[in-house]
Amino acid sequence: MLLEKIVSACLRGLCRLFTGANPRWLCDPRSLAPRVYFANHCSHLDTVVVWSTLPDTLRERTRPVAARDYWGHGTVRRFVAERVFDALLIDRKAAEGTELVEQQRQETLDAMTAVLDSERSLILYPEGTRGSGEAVQPFRAGLYHLARTRPAVPLVPVYLGNLARILPKGAALPVPMQGRVVFGPELRIAIGEEKHAFLERCRQAVLELAGDRA
Amino acid sequence: MSLFADRELAWMIGGILAFLSIASLIAGVLKGRARSEAAQATVANLVARIRAWWAMVVVFGIAIATGGYGSLVMFAIVSFLAMREFMTLLPTRRADHRAMVWTFFLFLPAQYYFVATGWYGMFALLIPVYAYLLLPSVQVLGGDTEDFLARTSRLQWVLMICVFCVSHAPALQMLEIPGYEGQGAKLLLFLVVVTQISDVLQYTVGKLFGRRKAVPTVSPNKTVEGYIGGGGLAVLIGTALWWATPFAPWQAALLSLVIVLAGIAGGLVMSAVKRDRQVKDFGALIPGHGGVLDRIDSLCFSAPLFFHLTRFFFT
Repeated sequence: MLLEKIVSACLRGLCRLFTGANPRWLCDPRSLAPRVYFANHCSHLDTVVVWSTLPDTLRERTRPVAARDYWGHGTVRRFVAERVFDALLIDRKAAEGTELVEQQRQETLDAMTAVLDSERSLILYPEGTRGSGEAVQPFRAGLYHLARTRPAVPLVPVYLGNLARILPKGAALPVPMQGRVVFGPELRIAIGEEKHAFLERCRQAVLELAGDRA
Repeated sequence: MSLFADRELAWMIGGILAFLSIASLIAGVLKGRARSEAAQATVANLVARIRAWWAMVVVFGIAIATGGYGSLVMFAIVSFLAMREFMTLLPTRRADHRAMVWTFFLFLPAQYYFVATGWYGMFALLIPVYAYLLLPSVQVLGGDTEDFLARTSRLQWVLMICVFCVSHAPALQMLEIPGYEGQGAKLLLFLVVVTQISDVLQYTVGKLFGRRKAVPTVSPNKTVEGYIGGGGLAVLIGTALWWATPFAPWQAALLSLVIVLAGIAGGLVMSAVKRDRQVKDFGALIPGHGGVLDRIDSLCFSAPLFFHLTRFFFT
């Protein structure tokens, strides 16, 4: 218990030091209702930054979705993912055979829905893998299926800026710089909204935040 | 050296606190009088600035009071924060990452280590020679030649301004001036007071009496009246502080003039950098002032000049 708290405080301190992260909120930062935060993915820092910039009350009830193939390996990484972030580890590697793929998708969806049903929020990256940091890749369908299953849960677009420069792909050490975190206004799926239209609307919602300056 | 062991140091700190108290009082009076929206905004900014000054004086006071190492650590943190702000604005590429890591985790701590140990040769050469040659060598191994000269120059420049120049302020304490041993903290305080009071007075005189814009394309708020009036007053204050320094009054006056002129140049140069990068401030860490680099732009230029003039003529 104590160890988790110490590691958590250290991580947040380091995150502040290296990214100067000061979140900007365009939705209510005090709302305790479960939400789905979805962000652009450009660095290993993304999860730490979103997680550490959430107010304490929200952080306690928010679970980042993380890839098991990265966060599930190694004692330290696993400890941080499971005990500090309380991450929901999911399998990203496609299993062989279409039936298995379908089954894996359903399992992931069920796990995420269960988190929302237990009155907790999720952080996820609909791009799937980290981009170059410049462009935001097309979104995968997971966000759509989740929104369809729980249409009343608000979705919050999150824009992460400059993190790819702080810790780019393949770099071991970060360069301290000012990062940007913008929590956008809540949105929901419309009745009968088509998959691609919805995913594109969500992607645009993230992109719009990129131009937002205080 | 302890704050209370030195009478002169206690007087200087007391003077700063008195000055700030008067400023807070004046701001309180102005707050009640401001009617128009524009006047209220100006006063609100003034109040924020003075409040931030209190915080900065407390931090700096603690640093000075804890002896040489306290101010050393404080300036190392200032260098770190300034460089973090500056790097954010630079158009860097993936291949620069390793060299940037080196500037933060090798050259910054090493520079302050050499200040702490008083190794003057390495303090003076580390960045202009070793970093100057090593950084482009690390960058070139990234294999990316696009914009190479500009990329490597920018990195050098950031390191020079944020680490090399800033480190000359705490380095004042390693100067061995005959008859002034162990009193370097007052020399540091003298530099910081003259540099910052010059900024404050230029701003104040400029706001009150400013008519002719000095360099409108670079910094539209700077006026000839502000420069001459504020700068002149700062030289007078610096001269009046001669008793805390190893200088005679006329020497304190000349050195104050150098500090003021260098500070003006520093402010203008950093303004031009901000224009070039199309930002108003370097950051938002200090309410009412902007970023750390916005606050120390003048000090970046005044510290090395003051250090070397003092070293050349007085040691």
